Amino acid sequence: MPRYALNINGQTRQADVDADTPLLWVLRDELQLCGTKYGCGKGLCGACTVHVDGQAQRSCQLPVAGLAGKRVTTIEGLHPQGKHPLQQAWIRLDVAQCGYCQCGQIMQAAALLKAKPRPTDTEIDEAMAGNLCRCGTQLRIRAAIKAVARGEGA
Amino acid sequence: MKRRSFLQVSALAGGGLMLGLVPEQAAAADGGFAPNAFISIDGAGLVTLMAKNPDMGQGVKTSLPMLLAEELDVDFARVRVLQAGANARMADQGSGGSQSVPQSWDQLRRAGAAARQMLMLAAAERWGVAVAELSTDKGQVLHAASGRRAGYGELAAAAARLKAPDPAGLKLKPRAEFKLLGRRVAQVDSAEIVRGAPLFCGDTQRPGLLHAVIAKSPVFGARPMSANLEQIKAMAGVRDAFLVEGDADALRPIPQDRPFRSLQPFVAIIATSTWAALKAKQALQVRWDDGAHKHHSSATYRATALQRLAEPGELWRDDGDVPGELARAAKVVEATYELPILAHTTMEPMSCFAEPTPEGGLRFIAPCQFPGIAVLAVQALLRVPAAKVEVQIARLGGGFGRRFESDFVLEAGTIALRMKAPIQLMYTREDDMRHDFYRPFGWQRLRGGLDAQGRLQALHVKHARHAFRDPVTPKLRASLFPARFVPNYRVEVAMVDSNVPAGAYRAPGSNLNAFMLESFTDELAHAAGQDPLAFRLALLGEDRELKEPDFSPTRMKGVLRLAAEKAGWGRRLPKGSGMGLAAYFSHGGYIAHVVELSVSRAGGVTVQRVTSAVDVGPIINLSGAEQQVQGSVIDGLSSSLWQEITIENGAAVQGNFDDNPHLRMPEVPPRIDVHFIQRDMAPTGLGEPAFPPLPPALGNAIFAATGKRVRSLPLRQHDLSWS
Repeated sequence: MPRYALNINGQTRQADVDADTPLLWVLRDELQLCGTKYGCGKGLCGACTVHVDGQAQRSCQLPVAGLAGKRVTTIEGLHPQGKHPLQQAWIRLDVAQCGYCQCGQIMQAAALLKAKPRPTDTEIDEAMAGNLCRCGTQLRIRAAIKAVARGEGA
Repeated sequence: MKRRSFLQVSALAGGGLMLGLVPEQAAAADGGFAPNAFISIDGAGLVTLMAKNPDMGQGVKTSLPMLLAEELDVDFARVRVLQAGANARMADQGSGGSQSVPQSWDQLRRAGAAARQMLMLAAAERWGVAVAELSTDKGQVLHAASGRRAGYGELAAAAARLKAPDPAGLKLKPRAEFKLLGRRVAQVDSAEIVRGAPLFCGDTQRPGLLHAVIAKSPVFGARPMSANLEQIKAMAGVRDAFLVEGDADALRPIPQDRPFRSLQPFVAIIATSTWAALKAKQALQVRWDDGAHKHHSSATYRATALQRLAEPGELWRDDGDVPGELARAAKVVEATYELPILAHTTMEPMSCFAEPTPEGGLRFIAPCQFPGIAVLAVQALLRVPAAKVEVQIARLGGGFGRRFESDFVLEAGTIALRMKAPIQLMYTREDDMRHDFYRPFGWQRLRGGLDAQGRLQALHVKHARHAFRDPVTPKLRASLFPARFVPNYRVEVAMVDSNVPAGAYRAPGSNLNAFMLESFTDELAHAAGQDPLAFRLALLGEDRELKEPDFSPTRMKGVLRLAAEKAGWGRRLPKGSGMGLAAYFSHGGYIAHVVELSVSRAGGVTVQRVTSAVDVGPIINLSGAEQQVQGSVIDGLSSSLWQEITIENGAAVQGNFDDNPHLRMPEVPPRIDVHFIQRDMAPTGLGEPAFPPLPPALGNAIFAATGKRVRSLPLRQHDLSWS
């Protein structure tokens, strides 16, 4: 079994896995980073969203062999104390219901705001369209993104 | 489980909290106070509250501890909340039927009040004053006359030596004095959720953890006859693979005397990593004993249902003279309605962690809605005595009734016992969608007779339904509205035989009936030339309260009027835009929705706003309650627009979000305005009742916008174009 050296949240981590192992399972099973979630395995739900070189990607669709030299950020690395403005807004506005999709939502929103600090409502909806929420927290997700875009509670 | 309230006094020993998730640090120092299974206070004043019921996003890990905290009188922001596991000292731990808050309202408030009383008694003794001279405020006992105060921590050891008061004799706070209940409180797990902390069962780590996946027959319930197990076991990372014969009848409706099903037939693959297990599953080939039900299909179910609707059914109610009144009616309206099978599609697929214990038992970290039932199922079917079964409750990544079932618990337990190792069981999304306990199909043929004044004088409802285990008896089901409101009312029911496994899905029974009844009511209103709101208010009649079964036309009219007022009901809207109204009573709650939408000429639906009026008595957590209503609305829009499970050759066709889609962000309306009518009474629950009236409100809005009447879902099968 080959050994892969990965840059995860600024640290070099090793994983002895098959080349086709999706990053999602490397994170969860080999590196014990469980914030990134499995929801569908087909890139349809967004629960597995991470950043690769700053871009939001579905980790269930990323074979580990393709990640050489790339910087991966997971929810655990979004902010050292878990106090990214989005994380704070999510708590302040009580966004979650069951919580299972929310790490993926936050990672997607963080990438959006990095690229577009003041997105329009349409841009928010389009950016978040790939992230499903079964419990129906979408109104609060929108509100939290807009609050951060306005600089509230920073 | 029978409701009971009891209190016991036990001093905390170092590290000795009751069953449930126990943090790694010692639970409490010596000198702590634990008057009941829900509350412990250590010598430093740290208050730990146990969350009695599993949280699937409906917020009970927050709202139930709020009940304790209000009466105990502590600062909720500073308490520590721990999730209780299956605990024989706790009553009514099931999260389902929208019962968590109603069943906990009195018992948890009394538990908090009793603890507060004992702390006050301890202070009274210490200071040599009468208890009547004392008060409390946020974790302190105060003696106003002398200015003395003591924190609960200082009093804990003394309180622990006192006799617990009779809970029946305790005085609870009047609503006007609530400091916490009724406010907006963020979920207690919020910070951990947003950091990705381990909260779900799949996040559990153990040395030597093995990963298991299962395969079940696509044709429901068939046993595995043989499989290429040797080939699978030779694959990299695979530790074992085996068949479990199970019970082929495990998917039939549960008998009334037993709350759990038998172990299903399945094939298990166990590997050292999830990916190795998933790759092995792709290579798995199984011969299933599936001949008996391969002829089942959605087409045959429909043909059978329509035939049943044309024949006499079992009579569930027959008031007055329905055939005579229909014959005499000035106008008769008839329609046939149909609803599809729905899958729960919780965001977290079915999963469970299980490990053998040194005592020969099993420990689960499980996302169960009913922890007590899981223990009973394991005892009965895996033959592990209940005293050796520990069920810790993780956060549930959605429930909606699916995790009432014990299949994933029994499967993980079976595998853990056989492998003698800690096991992480995970269903793929396809497994989850194809091996659900579905919301079953349903048909109704309705015939209503209007008199010359446009009043509904006769209603004949014929059901063709799946033989699912209805929590409501036939007699009760048939005595729900509009029984007692339509003088001539007949209900007939016929069954459509099916091997589709059916189970509880958000507001069972109501989620079928509300669409049909409230859409048909709209048809009657239009046939009578009346405004749909006015028609409903007239049908509900004068203010009064009906008993056995309890139903309040007063409260129902209240939510209808409030939703209509807030939505601007009656505004003229351009062609292609419309408002639809529907209201329904279930789980003790009264909810009305007004949906405002527009339909493009090509038939695309855009929902502008939903206005909801809700009467469930008092609200415990305003933030969580608003979430349940908005969540139910989005749930209703999602399934109404997109979802169905079809059956071909005895098996579910759909398997993922590409062929059974869920609503996406751009489709969520910009506004879902929730208005509560609150009352000073015992609360009823809110997990379910806001769901049933949404689909008919949506259908009624489409009619208002286009003149097209929707009599089946999902909407995507209809051509809503207009010109």
